[in-house]
Amino acid sequence: MTIHDPTNSAARALAEEFSLVSASKIPSLRVYLKSTWRRKDFIAELADARSTQQYSDSLLGRIWQLITPLLNAGIYFLIFGVLLGTNKGIDNFTAFLVSGVFVFNFMQVTVTAASGSIPKNSRLIKAIQFPKLVLPLATVVQQIQQYAVSLVVLLVIVLATGEPLTLMWLTLPVVLVMQTLFTTGFALILARWGARSRDINQLLPFFTRTWRYVSGVFFSITIFTASMPAAVGTALLLNPGAVYIDLVRDSLMVTQSSDPIIWIMGAVWAVLFFVVGLVYFYRGEKKYVN
Amino acid sequence: MSTNKIPTVVVDDLNIKYRVILGANTGSAAGALRSLVSGKAPSQVVKSVHAVKGVSLTAYEGDTIGLVGRNGSGKSSLLRAVAGLLQPSSGDVYTASQATLLGVSGALNKSISGNRNITLGGLAMGMSREEVEAMRQQVIDFADIEEFIDMPMGTYSSGMQARLRFSIAAARKHEILLVDETLSTGDTEFRARSQAKIRELSGAAGTVFVVAHGHAMIREVCNRAIWMDKGIIQMDGETNAVLDAYEADVAAKKAAKEAKDEGK
Repeated sequence: MTIHDPTNSAARALAEEFSLVSASKIPSLRVYLKSTWRRKDFIAELADARSTQQYSDSLLGRIWQLITPLLNAGIYFLIFGVLLGTNKGIDNFTAFLVSGVFVFNFMQVTVTAASGSIPKNSRLIKAIQFPKLVLPLATVVQQIQQYAVSLVVLLVIVLATGEPLTLMWLTLPVVLVMQTLFTTGFALILARWGARSRDINQLLPFFTRTWRYVSGVFFSITIFTASMPAAVGTALLLNPGAVYIDLVRDSLMVTQSSDPIIWIMGAVWAVLFFVVGLVYFYRGEKKYVN
Repeated sequence: MSTNKIPTVVVDDLNIKYRVILGANTGSAAGALRSLVSGKAPSQVVKSVHAVKGVSLTAYEGDTIGLVGRNGSGKSSLLRAVAGLLQPSSGDVYTASQATLLGVSGALNKSISGNRNITLGGLAMGMSREEVEAMRQQVIDFADIEEFIDMPMGTYSSGMQARLRFSIAAARKHEILLVDETLSTGDTEFRARSQAKIRELSGAAGTVFVVAHGHAMIREVCNRAIWMDKGIIQMDGETNAVLDAYEADVAAKKAAKEAKDEGK
């Protein structure tokens, strides 16, 4: 809050006469988004710098982008497919599981990384004035690049496990756009929270783990909640995590199909989170500098 | 000041308070939950420092203003507020264009090369990729780090980091330039070069604020000086008059302290 001393309005009158701009006031949302868009090269450069940095100390370098998702899928296959047998009633469990793991990981990793995007760039923030929106957006761009690698692996696995190439594959880009919009919005909300308190980093893993377990990454929600009240199953199915996993499976697997309501929810979550996240992050702009 | 001058920076009753977190309740899951539920910032042991207390001033086109005062008198905080890098507690700063702060020490990103830091800094300032490429060699030459430019900036000495940071920021055209020398750790040779750069920039039509160790340099380049003490403006006026008064005060305080020490 900026409180003006009414006795000193001469200074403001002078500022107004020569159309000087307040250094502390946030520009309008339109101007803010415009100046963010002008820095799209900056966003790309930040994303690329971070990817380089992430693997700079490891021997295998960026090959980890490929190995990490494969190892993840392997572990889940061992535990849930072989040991616990959650694969009952699911055709082509491998494709079912790998799509779940990859699609969910993108959301989880992105929102987790975004929550640290403001404090991690405090050097840059202290040195140069720019719209802070570029920082969480760079995180999202970096994770999209990683996700693209995972998706190529996923498509290979899906085809290798006997799924035919169908016209439904054409819906995949639509699903991915919706999922990315949702994830970006969610990431922006967490980026603002993470700027306020370091406690978020501690709490977030518990939240994302719970989210993973209720999103049907490695089991069929419909089959597992069959004996429970209908509301439980519906609630789980409509949560954004389950929605986007379900839609990707609908696109890629002939044995999986989504209810039209799931498609609608996919669009609703995307628009809702993206708009709310953008406005919410923008309104906190003043808080990121101190 | 005559009234027909064009103002470029207007500081209106500016107050800056820092919250310094002394530790305690940071980084617990319970703390985050509590702050999320209550909507309040988590409870921490916090000390408030009132760095700038009700400062008002107007700077005009062509002004080169030297800021003097003891450490902790609020000079750097004032500059950072003018650059929009610090949020005022109350009051405001109005500027004709985005002010650029020179002299913040250290790398923008320690784990990437000097070259990529140039790209990052230029793009952050709103330059296009072409503009960054056009300035790159000039920045490298000015910072004099040609042979290290592809090494991670974390491997640089603090002097080299400061030189590169200064050079990146100085490469852009500025209407309002804020130079905080106390934050930079360049060696003597580079300091001479940066001062030459400041003289060159202050020769143009813009407005320059300088915080410097060397009063000789301020006397030479500044047409106006501001003496700050404990967050307030002690004196604002013609350079030599202000510096004479400040130096007399420093000498008097030193003599008083020596007299007191001897009396013990």
